[in-house]
Amino acid sequence: MTSAIAVDRLEVIFDRFRALKGVSLDVQPGESFGLVGESGSGKSTLLRAIAGLAPVASGNITVNGKTLGARRDKAFYREVQMVFQDPYGSLHPRQTVDRLLQEPLAIHGFADGEKRIERALDEVGLGNGFRFRYAHQLSGGQRQRVAIARALILEPSILLLDEPTSALDASVQAEVLNLLEEIRRRRKLTFLMVSHDLAIITHMCERLMVMQGGEAVENLIANDLVERRVTKDYTRNLLRASEGFVRTAPEQISR
Amino acid sequence: MSGQTVTLLEVDDLRVTFPTRTGLVEAVRGVSFSLGRERLGIVGESGSGKSQTGRAIMGLTPPQARISANKLIFDGIDLLGVSPRQRRALRGNRIAMILQDPKYSLDPVMSIGRQIVETLRTHEKVGKAEARDRALAMLEAVQIRDPKRVFDLHPHEVSGGMGQRAMIAMMLIAGPEMMIADEPTSALDVTVQLDVLGILDRLVSERGMGLIFISHDLRLVSSFCDRVIVMYAGKVVEQLKASELSQAQHPYTRGLLNCMPKIGADRHPLPVLDRKPEWAA
Repeated sequence: MTSAIAVDRLEVIFDRFRALKGVSLDVQPGESFGLVGESGSGKSTLLRAIAGLAPVASGNITVNGKTLGARRDKAFYREVQMVFQDPYGSLHPRQTVDRLLQEPLAIHGFADGEKRIERALDEVGLGNGFRFRYAHQLSGGQRQRVAIARALILEPSILLLDEPTSALDASVQAEVLNLLEEIRRRRKLTFLMVSHDLAIITHMCERLMVMQGGEAVENLIANDLVERRVTKDYTRNLLRASEGFVRTAPEQISR
Repeated sequence: MSGQTVTLLEVDDLRVTFPTRTGLVEAVRGVSFSLGRERLGIVGESGSGKSQTGRAIMGLTPPQARISANKLIFDGIDLLGVSPRQRRALRGNRIAMILQDPKYSLDPVMSIGRQIVETLRTHEKVGKAEARDRALAMLEAVQIRDPKRVFDLHPHEVSGGMGQRAMIAMMLIAGPEMMIADEPTSALDVTVQLDVLGILDRLVSERGMGLIFISHDLRLVSSFCDRVIVMYAGKVVEQLKASELSQAQHPYTRGLLNCMPKIGADRHPLPVLDRKPEWAA
């Protein structure tokens, strides 16, 4: 079976800074794969490199069996869409939701725009009442739903999710995560999801890769984390951090 | 702890109202609580009024807003009755505040050391050399490894975690009795979060400060604080001991606790909050 996404020894260099140092990755069709790490670990850069938004120095990216060149063509974006972290920044402030959703349809020359917009809004639980609103008239959760609708409107097979819920409240986060899971099940999508929160990744993904300093630290399946089967200290630290604050004796704290 | 019986701050029926084009908006609607030398958490979603509560205590409410309270008393001083001058003398000296993102709360064109020295010399009459020594000692107290180097750095040259430590150092240098921390770790990485919390925790317990810890993360707050206040739509819906969080009564508190994904709990879909209009009533 061809992989949905295969990344082979990818290097990304910004000026002289090596943001990714030969990272490899393999995601099967229909799978949900997570990338975890702290800021600067290169997890978002990897996602952006796949989407064609980061300067690739060397290495290969293959999507659905097709090796990607330096430029992405339209067919690529029909297969792969991205949802960004900050719904406040990723929606055009002077366009209505309707206009926002028209854009990808116009670029790709779809004729049945009307039907698709209605369906996409319906699918993310917003309904037609939101169609002629501006982004500033929506709450954070509603905006992220619009961003998801925009990604879905071209019916891609792969979604790249860059911290899709970290700008949202916990209760809204649960709603958006549920929505993403439901969409994935219904449309049999492949997810590649970035988060700094191990709990979210274990909830959403079957497999994950822990990253640090532009390198892969460890590849795990979600169950390894549940049963604490991790081998690297860095992953252990992340795991501990996800359990909240633990008061240590004073002498242990001073290092 | 015997210090718990001392009341540092008393808040009774605090209200903060903002005039808008569509009429008055009450961001805080009758919040009451008291704080001793303890760690008190205020938890709620965005728009619940938790930050405005902290800002009203600090005296940082925007001028167009109206504040009213039956009592807003810090150590015998009526905070709403004193002059702006007296309020300024309290701020940064006896009451300190840490904000969410050090990128925005530190002065970008001033070295970290100078900012700390400035805070100190605003509130105390100390010589330059002594101020510098005390700033360096404070930077060391917040576990910055090379205080001499960091002293001369500008905020853009340090990481988020380092910036937040510098912020804590600046806030603690005047030896405040009460500290308001508004989402002090939300902009930081999970691993750095715990370091910063550890520092904050140690300093609070060593100095016997009262701490108000404002956050949207119920789990984090409950692991860090002694007591938790849960706010919804400008009101306190529940007050409880952090250790008794699992026995929370209010459906909102329970919903907030429940909706977080947990490692090891396989729940698909996640339970979501079913908001009831009577919660806000």
